[in-house]
Amino acid sequence: MRRAALPPDALDATDRAVLNALQDGLPVTARPFAEAARQLALPESELIERVARLREIGAITRFGPFYDAEAMGGAFCLCAMEVPADRFDAVVTLVNALPEVAHNYERAHRLNMWFVLACEKPEGIAKAAKRIEGATGLTVLRFPKENEFFIGFRVKA
Amino acid sequence: MSIDATDRRIIAATSCGLPLVSAPYAEVAGWLGLTEGEVLDRVGAMQASGVIRRVALAPNHYALGMTANGMSVWDVDDAIVDDLGPQIGALDFVSHCYRRPRALPDWPYNLFAMLHGTTRDEVEEKRTKVAALLGPACRGHDILYSTRILKKTGMRLTGKG
Repeated sequence: MRRAALPPDALDATDRAVLNALQDGLPVTARPFAEAARQLALPESELIERVARLREIGAITRFGPFYDAEAMGGAFCLCAMEVPADRFDAVVTLVNALPEVAHNYERAHRLNMWFVLACEKPEGIAKAAKRIEGATGLTVLRFPKENEFFIGFRVKA
Repeated sequence: MSIDATDRRIIAATSCGLPLVSAPYAEVAGWLGLTEGEVLDRVGAMQASGVIRRVALAPNHYALGMTANGMSVWDVDDAIVDDLGPQIGALDFVSHCYRRPRALPDWPYNLFAMLHGTTRDEVEEKRTKVAALLGPACRGHDILYSTRILKKTGMRLTGKG
């Protein structure tokens, strides 16, 4: 995924309107782009071409269903560890070796390693955390989500 | 909701996105040997049950200039955290917002909100806005900036029912 900002002239006003409009979700219908195109006053074919170009230049990562992995079954847990600086790289190798570790970030804090465990079944989380504790000799703090609130994130293009 | 093997095939076929054509569900149906109507019914049912949050474009916020982000964490009164959480989650610069357990004495924070901006100063401004919204119900807060991505893999999904 592109992690650098696009040059300011990469998008024209229509691209920006498309980006802003299509973040809100399209109805699940046979021709999902048709109604959005009408609202944007664009031919359907041009809307589709612009979405394809936005993907090519990396302005969007994808267009499609946003799946809730948890609703499909499976368990996730944010975890954190305090890793001594002189052991950090060795611990990264041990933690990342587990296939259950989906993301892992170094963060500027006493708790300096934050990762997400993703397992097929809830009991897999505790097992993976215990394996990491056994391999590293460090405590894994677990922060499972207890409630979810996000709905509003929109990137203004 | 329980999803069956056919739903899983649809999920696997669309997890990188829909084909960018006028009738994308018909094309997916063609890949999988299903009818367009069956794919539409199943995608619609998954959306109704929450397995699909929405069918939309996923902006690359880095490409669009939102290159700074921080994990803000808040110690909010348990009595009202579930009332305040939705207000924080509805902010357009918050991408993820969860209530999570504290880990006392190491970790007093129970509300996590990922804040995004074009610069770190802007992220700090947004942190001030969240603090103002939470008001006296918040007893302390911090923000953790990532200094390195150590691992990032896509969502793994087995084909097993």
